[in-house]
Amino acid sequence: MDLTLSPAEEAFRDELRSWLENNHPGHEPTGDEPGFQFRRDWQRKLQEAGWAGVSWPEDYGGRGATLIEQAIFNEEVVRARTPTPANVLGLAMGGPTVIAHGTEEQKRRYLAPILSAEEIWCQGFSEPESGSDLASVKTRAVRHGNEWVVTGQKVWTTLAHHAKWCMLVARTDAEAPKHKGLTYFLLDMEQDAVQVRPLVQITGEAEFNELFMEEARIPQENIVGGEGNGWAVAITTLMHERATLAFGLQVSLQIELGKLLEYAGQTRGGDGHVTSADPVIRQRLAQLMIESEVLRLNAYRSLSATMRSGVPGPEGSLGKWHWSEVNQALTELAMDISGPRALSANHDWAYRFLRARANSIEGGTTEILKNIVAERVLGLPRMR
Amino acid sequence: MNFDLTDDQRAIKRTANEFLASRYKPEVMRELAEGERGFTDEGWRELSELGWPGVMIPEGDGGLGLGAVELLVIQEEMGYALAPSPLFSTVSAALLLAAAGTSEQRERWLGPLAQGEARGTIAVWDERSGWAPDRSEIETENGTMSATKVAVPDASGADFLIISGADGAHFLVETSSPGVSVVATKALDPTRKLFTVHLDRAPAEPLSGGHSEQVAHAYATIVTALAAENVGVGQRAMEMAVAYAKDRKQFDRPIGSYQAVSHRCAQMLLEVEGARSLSYWAGWALDHEPSTAPRAASMAKAYAGDAGFRVAASALQVHGGIGFTWEHDLHFFLKRAKANAHAFGDSRWHRDRVAELAGVTAASAPAGSPALSTLARSPAPAG
Repeated sequence: MDLTLSPAEEAFRDELRSWLENNHPGHEPTGDEPGFQFRRDWQRKLQEAGWAGVSWPEDYGGRGATLIEQAIFNEEVVRARTPTPANVLGLAMGGPTVIAHGTEEQKRRYLAPILSAEEIWCQGFSEPESGSDLASVKTRAVRHGNEWVVTGQKVWTTLAHHAKWCMLVARTDAEAPKHKGLTYFLLDMEQDAVQVRPLVQITGEAEFNELFMEEARIPQENIVGGEGNGWAVAITTLMHERATLAFGLQVSLQIELGKLLEYAGQTRGGDGHVTSADPVIRQRLAQLMIESEVLRLNAYRSLSATMRSGVPGPEGSLGKWHWSEVNQALTELAMDISGPRALSANHDWAYRFLRARANSIEGGTTEILKNIVAERVLGLPRMR
Repeated sequence: MNFDLTDDQRAIKRTANEFLASRYKPEVMRELAEGERGFTDEGWRELSELGWPGVMIPEGDGGLGLGAVELLVIQEEMGYALAPSPLFSTVSAALLLAAAGTSEQRERWLGPLAQGEARGTIAVWDERSGWAPDRSEIETENGTMSATKVAVPDASGADFLIISGADGAHFLVETSSPGVSVVATKALDPTRKLFTVHLDRAPAEPLSGGHSEQVAHAYATIVTALAAENVGVGQRAMEMAVAYAKDRKQFDRPIGSYQAVSHRCAQMLLEVEGARSLSYWAGWALDHEPSTAPRAASMAKAYAGDAGFRVAASALQVHGGIGFTWEHDLHFFLKRAKANAHAFGDSRWHRDRVAELAGVTAASAPAGSPALSTLARSPAPAG
């Protein structure tokens, strides 16, 4: 057991850290368009310096970083508070899925523009009637010669209004059992048959969209992983979503917690005393410090188990679920510390408090994640 | 960066697991728990031959000279097997002796402790002071001590007691000395025997060979050892619950196929793994990064204290009525987990330490609160 970085890991971190310091683009401008352009420029800068697609193989323009280097990268970019790259879904999910399941032609066609943020990607999985039960999707794709004609509706499609490509899971065989009749397509968003409508969420902003497809066209060569194999390909995408999240999330949580500790020392409670001196608040702050430490340690333990045996340990499946609980608890405590400021929608913590309600839903609900832990880690019988 | 046990540590863990599984089968554990003494000479001899009482005693003093992580993997397996044994109390006494004993005291006791020829224990709770583990008000008078300590583990089989006193001082009292009486109490957790120790002008030697940081480090090791024990207790309770949930059928289906039950089991895994991560981290810090150790140890103790109990309680719920019977083994795990949560500072006390170490503003002591003012005055040896 050695919880310090090796000289090589430290060198990697130091190189990255100083690059981030020297190239930090500053504050993101307000407004969707200027903000997005800013993040696109940032990604291009990352790519030019070889910092986009850190986990991707070098053959496809990535850095071929080790797992530990990927972890360090995810921690450092959050620690430096750099912007999220514009093509976050392409980098974290689309690219890795094409690398795992795509043909050589597809890899040559799609990967480079993902890295450079020339072509933005979005994810068309969830539907109004298919949330956790992803395999029940109803969007239909029917083959006409060398083309597929797609009709249906998707929801929660982040970045759809900027995207060129959509990772689309559609039903291609209505007769097959529900997991078997799905196919994974790359849908060209630049066609009239695809309409995007922003979905306003409880915070008042629209991070997500609804996606309507009315006889949209997809050429045959845009299938990834073969017809009828969509479920397996979609799982690859989702695994990448969960695997790459943990390190960035725990660092950002530590940063938020640091701010909260500071805030608790500056505000006064109902009795006029410093809030952090309140024994109940103190206990809750300490519990959050402990839980956020657990998140960090579990992420590292899981990484070490993966490096030794190729398989993450049981603690690896807990990260996203646990993080969502801790982040919600943190923002709830922040509201309690805020006193009457909590009543203002312009209050920074009020925004985070509302946004955190989605944490236990997005990227796999807590209930689904508990099912996965119960069935795959503990070996309990499936519920059906 | 590698958060894996080393090959040697894994070997110790595997050996401990197999040895304890063969020696402390549930019926043996039960017999010892229901008996008065709580352990056998044969059992103690076997643990001593493995070198466990001296696992952290320096080689120069006759021990194995291994680190905290090695102690923790043994403790985890002791909890998993729920092996009744005076090992923890002896190890704790040895840690304090090694930290603060004079060279004569170390020479007199550490070798025999490491060989299993002597046993010790530690007594932290005064009968009448507050219950924080650094709260003692006991002082000596002309080299003798008159006081009562409660909830002292394994005292009847110990050759000496390490007694905490006022202002972070510690004393060694031999149990065979005049003025020492050791009275058994019925413990919540029958797998660890507890005693009340009355001292009436008993000869008490101060442990004057170390400074307060070394004592604090010893206490941090002791509370982490208890945290690790609760990891093992929780792991075993979880395994019992999962096995039962697969086997037990109601409404014609295994109850583990109901989410009300399976999600409970998933929650157990979350808490057991969290406690394990913190306990290993604290062990590593104790060995390699002492400045982090007090925080890590208190985090591990607070989290594992809560988790051990919650997991065992949840496992009892999964078992339904059978889990509430004396005949089922689960209650012994529940009781150990709860007892560990309260020993050497409960979770609330350790969370308060975590906040204090992070510099979170504390309440100023209200007037007329002796407990808080004493805490503020004395250097805190625990955690």
